[in-house]
Amino acid sequence: MVERSRYYLDFEKPIIELEQKITELEGLAKKEKLDFKEEIKILQSRLKNLKESIFANLTPWQRVQLARHPERPKPLQLASFIFEDFLLLHGDRLYGDDQAIIGGLAKIENEGIVFIGHQKGKSIKENLSRNFGMAHPEGYRKASRLMSLAEKFKKPVVTFIDTPGAYPGIQAEERGQAEAIAANLEKMARLETPILVIVTGEGGSGGALGIGVGDRILMLENAIYSVISPEGCAAILWKNQEKVEEAAEALRLTSQDLMKLGLIEEIIPEPLGGAHKDIEQTAINIKQAIIRNLSELKDLTLPELLEKRYEKYRRIGKFKRK
Amino acid sequence: MGWFERTYNRIKRSKKKVDIPDGLWTKCIKCGEIIYNKKLEENLRVCPQCGYHFYIGARKRLEITLDKDSFREYDSVITSDNPLNFPHYEEKLEKSRKETGLDEAAIIGEGRIGGKSIVVGVTDYGFMRGSMASVVGERITEAVEKAIEKRYPLLIISGSGGGARMQEGMISLMQMAKTSAAIARLKRERLLYLSLLTHATMAGVMASFASQGDIILAEPGALLGFTGPRVIKQTIRQQLPPGFQSSEFLFKHGMIDLIVKRDEIRPTLIKILNLILPGF
Repeated sequence: MVERSRYYLDFEKPIIELEQKITELEGLAKKEKLDFKEEIKILQSRLKNLKESIFANLTPWQRVQLARHPERPKPLQLASFIFEDFLLLHGDRLYGDDQAIIGGLAKIENEGIVFIGHQKGKSIKENLSRNFGMAHPEGYRKASRLMSLAEKFKKPVVTFIDTPGAYPGIQAEERGQAEAIAANLEKMARLETPILVIVTGEGGSGGALGIGVGDRILMLENAIYSVISPEGCAAILWKNQEKVEEAAEALRLTSQDLMKLGLIEEIIPEPLGGAHKDIEQTAINIKQAIIRNLSELKDLTLPELLEKRYEKYRRIGKFKRK
Repeated sequence: MGWFERTYNRIKRSKKKVDIPDGLWTKCIKCGEIIYNKKLEENLRVCPQCGYHFYIGARKRLEITLDKDSFREYDSVITSDNPLNFPHYEEKLEKSRKETGLDEAAIIGEGRIGGKSIVVGVTDYGFMRGSMASVVGERITEAVEKAIEKRYPLLIISGSGGGARMQEGMISLMQMAKTSAAIARLKRERLLYLSLLTHATMAGVMASFASQGDIILAEPGALLGFTGPRVIKQTIRQQLPPGFQSSEFLFKHGMIDLIVKRDEIRPTLIKILNLILPGF
């Protein structure tokens, strides 16, 4: 009866404790041949209520933790559930193949698309080769190359965002990190095919936006998207790492906040407890959202599509009139 | 002489303490030279000794770049709000307004360079490090759209070390996409976009319109890049090479066309316009 020790977050502690109690009781019932069915039933319903109440009232910082959860499904894993078929393509044709951004051809409901995503690792070793999902310029340039391919063959582009940010390093700067991102923003603004952006985990600032301009921006319920990490914000604003919770609150980085601010179009629901609790269900929810959104975008003519995309960004900004 | 005996050269030099009366003299940040302020202004705020380029505000920048009295600022009816109720944002805005005399970190308008009409935008490092708030993104976009409407070339002079402005959260980040979309339109119209980078231009601004120029110029010795040097140092736990993320570093790595000293900027812009614009 050894359950794999799961990674859990502090706010999940009451849930874990109750789950343990239920397991113990079940074990005892079996061992002593006693009937605890009623008691277990009560505890299970209590567990359900507890989970619902905890997950219905998550703080922004708790969502940050969920978005960064080590077991959170990564784009490649989601792709295997979402797409009937897919093929990864490699390299930027200029310098190398950045493992922090993956991409290729895929089929969804028998329609061809090009997908691109940040890819964090599942293990330390994989994270080292993928730089924890932090791309170098060659990652953004690989994405650019794949977008050209999509445009040429009239395939919609679907991007999955899950990165702490663009890689902060010497070589990244030497090879033009800023230029690589800037070039993608310009390209995506005018790419002559629909672009659907889905923030599945962590949307880390410019490194996320580098593959994140599109006709519709969707977010998983517990994903986050922020101009700066709460840690970075706390360091600048309060010179104090203990203030991350306040920073997470102040930055308005949750999907709910961004929906209210009109910066995203849709929130994709997650299973109770977060995307990692039921990866298949998460993937199904994403898949439905992709199919629906792409079919709506397909109804637009190309000039309409590009005009709407421009207008969508043109409107963003909050200021007072003098 | 013992092995560990110090030579006192360095200390002597830095001991040369001069009493500087306020407002008359400026000590060069780089070489320590004491410069008579009037002389510094005449020299466009460049150290006559070592060539260090001091900060100049947006208004002064326009004055030294455009033909005399040709600048006409576009009326702006917008001013920064605090859309996220971010702590201490209003105080910071107020402080920057007082210090710079500007209402926000960007000024836009039109003027002439060497007699040729041009739309121009400047971001001012002195105003919250030139960071891109909604108002900044909006003004830059307006400038681009004006250039399209009038079919003028566009010049944007960036001094935006702050990138996207943290205090406006994701609304600021999205200004990168907004300005880039406008630049993409401008280019499709085959209009010229010149980008001049000044100290400092980083992160969200460097990763959007500042890097999208058809031709990119930079002042010498400016700090230019994506991630700030402090963050890189913390992440990789290594010393950064000397001159890292300077204009010269970017030039060496093929990211900019020319490094141009401040007094050469106007003639260089005139030359570029002459060479590229049709009908002259």
